[in-house]
Amino acid sequence: MTIVQFLVLGAAMFSFGVYGVLTRRNAVLVLLSVELMLAAVNINLVAFDRFLADQLAGGQVFALFVIAVAAAEVGIGLAIVLLIFRNRRNANVDDLDLMKL
Amino acid sequence: MNAWFADLMVLAAEGKEIELSDGGVLADFVWLIPVVPMVMAFVIVFFGKRSPLKGWGMAAGTMGFVALYGTVLFLMNTFGDPIYHEGTVHLADIGSQTLGAHIGDLMAIEWGWMVDGLSIMMYFVVGVVGLLVFIYAKGYMHGDIRYTWFFASFTLFAGGMLVLVSAPNLIQLIVGWELVGVASYLLIGHYWEEHENSSAAIKAFLTNKVADVGLFIGAIMVGTSVGSFRFSEIMAVIGEGGGDSALSRFAFWAGIALFIGAMGKSAQFPLHVWLPDAMAGPTPVSALMHAATMVTAGVYLIGRMFPFYNYDGFADETRWVIIIIGALTLLLTGLIALVQDDIKKVLAYSTLSQLGYMVVAMGAGAYTAGLFHLFTHAFFKALLFLGAGSVIHAVHSNNMSDMGGLRKYMPQTYWTFLIGSAALAGIFPLAGFWSKDEILASVSYAGSNYTTAQGGAALGNFVLVIAILGAFVTAFYMTRAVSLTFFGEYKGKAHPHESPKVMTYPLIGLAAGSVVMGFLNMPGITSFFTDSVGARILAPLDHHPESIDVVLALIGTAAAVGGIAVGYRLWFADKETQKLRDTFHIPVLYPLLERKYYIDDFYMDGIVRPVRGPVANAMNWFNGHVLDFVVNGAGFLARGVGKYVYAFDQRGLDGAINASAGATGASGGFLRVFQTGRVQQYAVMIFAGTVLLVAGFIIF
Amino acid sequence: MTFTDWVAQAENYVFLAIAIPMLFSAWRVVASQNVVHSVLYLVGALAGSAALFLLLGSEFVAWTVVLVYIGAVVVLFLFGIMITRAPLGQDVELSQPLRQRLPAAVVSGSLFLLMTGAMFDAFGGDVIPETEATRTFDVGISIFERWVIPFEVVSVILLAALVGGIVLARRDPDEMTEEVVSESEEVPQ
Repeated sequence: MTIVQFLVLGAAMFSFGVYGVLTRRNAVLVLLSVELMLAAVNINLVAFDRFLADQLAGGQVFALFVIAVAAAEVGIGLAIVLLIFRNRRNANVDDLDLMKL
Repeated sequence: MNAWFADLMVLAAEGKEIELSDGGVLADFVWLIPVVPMVMAFVIVFFGKRSPLKGWGMAAGTMGFVALYGTVLFLMNTFGDPIYHEGTVHLADIGSQTLGAHIGDLMAIEWGWMVDGLSIMMYFVVGVVGLLVFIYAKGYMHGDIRYTWFFASFTLFAGGMLVLVSAPNLIQLIVGWELVGVASYLLIGHYWEEHENSSAAIKAFLTNKVADVGLFIGAIMVGTSVGSFRFSEIMAVIGEGGGDSALSRFAFWAGIALFIGAMGKSAQFPLHVWLPDAMAGPTPVSALMHAATMVTAGVYLIGRMFPFYNYDGFADETRWVIIIIGALTLLLTGLIALVQDDIKKVLAYSTLSQLGYMVVAMGAGAYTAGLFHLFTHAFFKALLFLGAGSVIHAVHSNNMSDMGGLRKYMPQTYWTFLIGSAALAGIFPLAGFWSKDEILASVSYAGSNYTTAQGGAALGNFVLVIAILGAFVTAFYMTRAVSLTFFGEYKGKAHPHESPKVMTYPLIGLAAGSVVMGFLNMPGITSFFTDSVGARILAPLDHHPESIDVVLALIGTAAAVGGIAVGYRLWFADKETQKLRDTFHIPVLYPLLERKYYIDDFYMDGIVRPVRGPVANAMNWFNGHVLDFVVNGAGFLARGVGKYVYAFDQRGLDGAINASAGATGASGGFLRVFQTGRVQQYAVMIFAGTVLLVAGFIIF
Repeated sequence: MTFTDWVAQAENYVFLAIAIPMLFSAWRVVASQNVVHSVLYLVGALAGSAALFLLLGSEFVAWTVVLVYIGAVVVLFLFGIMITRAPLGQDVELSQPLRQRLPAAVVSGSLFLLMTGAMFDAFGGDVIPETEATRTFDVGISIFERWVIPFEVVSVILLAALVGGIVLARRDPDEMTEEVVSESEEVPQ
């Protein structure tokens, strides 16, 4: 197995994730795409860990950290979406144009 | 002691023998001066509410400590040998690879404390004026809902300034600079419930930020070309002379960039707009901001980098820029003060005008004169602001049309305000006379010694005329303010009364300062200030008059007396001069001053609105055709040009101003296309930018 | 390693067997017209990544992905969808119109090409060495010795997220009564 095949797979998943973040209208689906990006990062981390035969298993440990942080992020993200939904009666990213003054 | 300093000694020895002391134990603990207020600011936030005096005690105690320490140092430095000490704590190194290949070594990021004439003078001023203002604020802010918070941010404000002036390197200076900016934002917006006040705070912060970009660029240019951010290292390079060192190659633009930073904090034209609006904050804030902290930072920066601006082969060619900016500020803002009704605004514009004096002096190479004016101005301007605050406290209005005749009701405020006004106008023998006279003398000296690159003799003489005119205008508007406030009939509704003692005692203290501080530096008689503060500057560079120039002093006094006379004629006797006053409303000039030269309108209509707010129909038209942008581009261009030609034709008098505003608006409209408020479209931009950036890195 | 060497290796076929469905799932996550399908395809993509971790010999990460991601996070997403009444039918457009999708596709495509190019440039045909699978024991030792401070930091982050999530999603008692009154359309400022 070469390292590149994993990296390319990760890159592809990451790009899909980016595409999803940029095009999805529903906030929950945007979060879903972010998860995809994080999963892609995990593939890279673990692949590099094996590639470098790290004695400290740094890549794997950080993949675990990414998973933990992603879980936290989903929790907060969904709480925010919920709040937005409660205030505006839907969770479409389109309607969130408050950044335009 | 480093090479530059040794060099200084040699040069200084040509004129005057200077013994230096290292300040002893006292200098080793100067780091307490910035650290204590910074720590106390946070202590007040967390514990202030529960303490007996609700945080005031801690704040005033802190300032008392600084004032005491500063006074002791100042006395030692003034009447003993000049102190020079530089303490340093090494924090980190930053790599040189990112900072350009011509530097071999790592650059140190350090924290330190400077103990030299300039810093000691600032410790003294910030400490003493700050302490008096803090005492005064106890009375003024009594009953405020955010009393504790006010003193916390006030302490932070003073602390930030002390970090700034104690900085022995540019990095720490920037840290202090930004702390002052943040604290000023909090304080100006103290009454944030009113939208106007919070926008004034934002305006101050953003205007300063614009200028800060200049400071950053300047600091990076100077720091990287020297290989160190330390002032003493920078001065060492300067001491070796111009030649083709990296610093001298960058000098002109670095000088301009640093000066832009100074223009922001010291509110020089055209970045002065934030200062009058900063009056939205409580009066003690205005007093401290205008006297000791914040606005003096820019002048201080130029003072710190003084050799850089005055050594041949370095930034000496930027001096004509500095002088012109200073002179413009001096006269233009002084004139605006003539038409203001709000007493605090009169004082604000007067501060701008006096800052113009300081900057002119710095530009003219008059180190001592500029800093001496900063020093005396701190006392009488704090006095005037606190006096105005006392009046406002009594009549519950900022407008002079609601005042009048207060002389009878508030005698202590009246007398101290009168002293402050006279000092500001430059009446012999008050503090303002000595410092202003010194500036006039320096400018006149500089004018006859300029090289062509520095602006030539013509510029020097022109600025001298402006400075004398400025003295006239200063006396004029202060006479107006005094007469409208304290003379004539009382026009307000509230019942005026003298302020409590906690407010009048600081006034008396500052009035005493306004009287005696000038005696520290009477040309030909005393030179305490020159010796202590100027000692560290290469003596031959400092254009400091050895004896008093009687003719110039007389001209300056005549201008001031003339201003008072005209003011007296126009404003004192009430009825029969009404006509005269009407003639003062000169058609073109008066509205021009009233609208503050349309600078605010220009910023608002030309820059802020098109980018931010709902814009005119033209922009909507533009916005609606985003997708067809390329196709319609040519057509739009023709139409736009036609429209602006038409607009230019239409507007007549305001044409020039509005057209440039319109052009800015059009570009704002173009940028507005990208400001949709849709997060995802922003995200597309971000990712596209990242891709381009990374691609750039990979390819190059 | 040349391409012919690569084709000759059996495990690469296992890789392809995992990677191709995985990519398909990933694509469906961002393109599906049904919200629930999107979430289920995410399960597919994550399961694929777990399988890849197994293939790489890092068991612990693989099972963590299964447990945490597929077990918990995906369920959380389903909750989110149900609570926010995300459009469940096929008729609602879940993605932005084409004129916004197009620049997004260009950007993400060029991002992919850029990364791929850079990776091939840097790692060409480098082979992952054949080592023993990492034992969970070793990962545990590593976490609690070398990486213990980041680990603690992560635990603080989780705690903060816990508190934050509760604070954000909780309804104040007075807010609830207000909401009954202002049930009609009202844009908050």
